[in-house]
Amino acid sequence: MSGMQDVRTTGIPVMDPSAVEPRRPGSPLWRATVALTKAELRNFFRNKMQLTFVLLFPILLLVVFASLFSGSVKVGDETVPLKQLMMAGIIAAGVMSTGFQGVAIDIVLERDKGMIRRLATAPMPRAAYFIAKIVRVLVTTFVEVAILLSISVFAYHLPLPGTGARWLTFGWVILLGTFACTLMGMAWAGVIPSGPAATPMTTPIFLVLQFISGVFITLSDTPKWMLFVGELFPLKWMAQGLRSVFLPDVMKYGEPRHSWELATGAIVMGAWVVFGTFVTWRTFKWRGPKVI
Amino acid sequence: MTPTDQPIVVRDLCKRYGDRNVVDHLDLTIEPGEVFGFLGPNGAGKTTTIDILTGRRPRTSGDVEVLGHDPWRDAAAWRARIGVVPQRTGEYPVLTVREVVSMFAALYPRPLPVDEVIDMVGLTKKAKDLAANLSGGQKRRLDVAVGVVGNPELIFLDEPTTGLDPVARREAWDLVRFFADRGTTTLLTTHYLDEVEALSQRAGIIVGGSLVEIGTMSELASREHVVTTISCSIPETLRDVTLPAQLDPHQLSIDDARITKGQLRIETHDPCQVTYELLSWARQYGARELPDFRVVQPSLEEVYLRLVHGADTRAKEMAPTDEVVQ
Repeated sequence: MSGMQDVRTTGIPVMDPSAVEPRRPGSPLWRATVALTKAELRNFFRNKMQLTFVLLFPILLLVVFASLFSGSVKVGDETVPLKQLMMAGIIAAGVMSTGFQGVAIDIVLERDKGMIRRLATAPMPRAAYFIAKIVRVLVTTFVEVAILLSISVFAYHLPLPGTGARWLTFGWVILLGTFACTLMGMAWAGVIPSGPAATPMTTPIFLVLQFISGVFITLSDTPKWMLFVGELFPLKWMAQGLRSVFLPDVMKYGEPRHSWELATGAIVMGAWVVFGTFVTWRTFKWRGPKVI
Repeated sequence: MTPTDQPIVVRDLCKRYGDRNVVDHLDLTIEPGEVFGFLGPNGAGKTTTIDILTGRRPRTSGDVEVLGHDPWRDAAAWRARIGVVPQRTGEYPVLTVREVVSMFAALYPRPLPVDEVIDMVGLTKKAKDLAANLSGGQKRRLDVAVGVVGNPELIFLDEPTTGLDPVARREAWDLVRFFADRGTTTLLTTHYLDEVEALSQRAGIIVGGSLVEIGTMSELASREHVVTTISCSIPETLRDVTLPAQLDPHQLSIDDARITKGQLRIETHDPCQVTYELLSWARQYGARELPDFRVVQPSLEEVYLRLVHGADTRAKEMAPTDEVVQ
């Protein structure tokens, strides 16, 4: 500090104008992604409201449902407690909570609070914003699923996946489901006009999908047309895929087409990843009147 | 100097909303290294213009070059060279002041050192506090830090000191001067005329989407339409002597000349000439002193208000008095 260091009217020392950090090495995308991901994770785990809403809601749901449902389902020679049947669905709902609901509301609030506008002013590779969001959702989903699974296994005796193949299915269903829900959330954020509309426009969709995707009500008890609507979205396929992981194989005869339909599930969830990416790419607003 | 040397060149810029031009055939050239004050009442088109210059909104017509680029193309390399502090204070995630500034610094290729920027905006003591817990003025300072951390060549400050207490305002001024000393060009919008007087080399006044006046601070305060007021008490000995013919309102671009209860008051565009005539007249009749003799140039604020309110204000100032000369 020399040369320009002078003392102004207020006595605040002014720094040396030559004190500029040298041009940093490394890719701007990597640097921006690391910085934004750090901020995302800190923000998520420090934000009590969000933590409660997104993480605790499915946990609450799990406990309430597990306490509510008694009795069992019998398919062939297998009898499965009804609460175990529901747990796969609630874990899927947990993924949708952190993915779809968390991301959609979060993006709209950031747009309303001037964050997106300020990020758009910086020369940041725009992919960094989305990558950081996806990483955050992956981390929070992992935490969410771990908590739900622990409660299910220890408190309600849900058997852990028995084979390596089932663990593999568990892994890809959660991962693909997370991507599908997150991109659905990013796409949906573009439709929501303003901050106050974020929760009222997002939670009902999540809620309705839970009713028609076999989370609250078994698919065999769901009317055909509702079932069809549910099949257009990732939640149903995530829930079904997770049931294939936790339940005896014979239980697949309890599904609408007497099969776990893992391939169809992968296609629908994959389609959501593509569709969500496309819609986000086409409609995400970095500037303009909505970006305050 | 070729046009591209000038950081901002605006020609015939229009922005139309519905059937109204919010920005109406605006011309503006900002010179390298200057602090340019952009003045105007609310709704005059200041923020819309800044939004167009910073690439946030498309223009309806006209040519705009900012650092040699069309802002609407919004290239990342171009964004790295500009800094923007928007009018609306941002709300940041649940992060500390230092975390917020670090995050934004990471988005730029050649940022300023984070701690120094925090120091410059006077938030060092608050560096570890959550941004959400800052006071309104401190949040505004954080906004300034976020806007300048990328070490820009050109800074847009949209009412940066609104909501700041007087001390914080002075600190913000130091910050503007700091960047000006480095040769950074600054476009500053504000409601505060003292801010423009303190910081700017040149200013423009925008009313109804067009620049009605542009120039250096002294030019603005001495334009032809700006009236200088010369006043004094008329000594007892001169009470019965008529004023010289040269001080007739039809001469010497005198707007108004009147004597009220022994007080002479002349509004003129030729203050030197009027002063000369007045003193010669007094001397001719043996008065060496004209008590309370004053030549008052209007403050920038008065100039500004006159321009903004135009003919309205001037009409009100022509209030009738009891004694009018001749």
